[in-house]
Amino acid sequence: MWQELRNELHPKGLEIVTVGMDALGADGCREFIEAAKPEHPSLIDRHHVLAELFGVVNIPQSIWIDEQGMIVRPAETAPEPPDPDRAPSMELPAEMPQHFVEMMGEAAKIQQDPESYHAALRDWVENGADSQFALSPEAVVARSRPRNEEISRGHAHFELAAQLEIDGHHDAAIEHFKDAHRLVPESWTFRRQAWSLEQPIEGPMARFWQGPSDEDPGSWPYAGDWVSDIRAVGAENYNEPWTP
Amino acid sequence: MLLNSLSVDRAEFERGTGWTLKPEGACKGDVCIPLPDPMAEQIDVEATASAMGLPLVAAPEHNLWALGPESIGSRALTSAEAPNLRLPDLEGNEFELSSLRGQKIVVYAWAPY
Repeated sequence: MWQELRNELHPKGLEIVTVGMDALGADGCREFIEAAKPEHPSLIDRHHVLAELFGVVNIPQSIWIDEQGMIVRPAETAPEPPDPDRAPSMELPAEMPQHFVEMMGEAAKIQQDPESYHAALRDWVENGADSQFALSPEAVVARSRPRNEEISRGHAHFELAAQLEIDGHHDAAIEHFKDAHRLVPESWTFRRQAWSLEQPIEGPMARFWQGPSDEDPGSWPYAGDWVSDIRAVGAENYNEPWTP
Repeated sequence: MLLNSLSVDRAEFERGTGWTLKPEGACKGDVCIPLPDPMAEQIDVEATASAMGLPLVAAPEHNLWALGPESIGSRALTSAEAPNLRLPDLEGNEFELSSLRGQKIVVYAWAPY
């Protein structure tokens, strides 16, 4: 869908750079990128440097950067372009486990406002610095995520965990993922990444299970899981509302 | 920044942290943090991290350390100047965000899980 938007807005001076945040790297991202056939740069971020550099805490999020290399909107919720004609592309098992039914029930309550976001994006592409949606440098810094020494330490633990996972030290990685989760509780990506590396079920849907298995819940190494955590905050609060 | 040693050369330290080492200390934008020996060829990571307030975490059994980002401005961004994101594409070719200077850019974060 971003490719279609790129076709429309690239002639007007916009480039899109998509970044897949996944410790599994190309192995994790390839099928999605090949299906999307991007003509724009499509990058792989195994250590979630987008979190460290820009304060990305959930997906999908975006950052807007102007022609001079100045950020004009810091990391914020970025819904896909509205497209009522298209059905979700994910193929679901014929007999869907109850766990996925519950996940989809919560996911249906997640709120997005693609119309406002994409109207703002077109306004900025058209009007540049004169757009009301292009923020001042001071506002950009002030709107970026809070960061203190604890949060910085959490980012270091996450980077270490991702590298340990890449190097095949999965058990060691878990301990540092846990530290990252404790120190950066606002990050959904830190949690979802770690949960996606467990194998609670067999098969290609394992990464989407994101929680303990029904058969052996005791072997789940993490304090939280997707369904429990989203119910704790309320699915309607999962995405921060987009603020003009 | 990932490290396999607690002593790294200055170019690697600068590239990994985004801070430039000058006679007055470690600098980014208008901010400089004084360091004991900023012009050394080899950087003592523990001493430098401590002086800069950068957290250092360790997995010594795997000979691996990670240096966290600064929190000096209490925000994820210390400046609205975009950091030069450097990441590989699917084929492993490294891409630099600064190569798009002169165009508007939307950096879009997604994940396959």
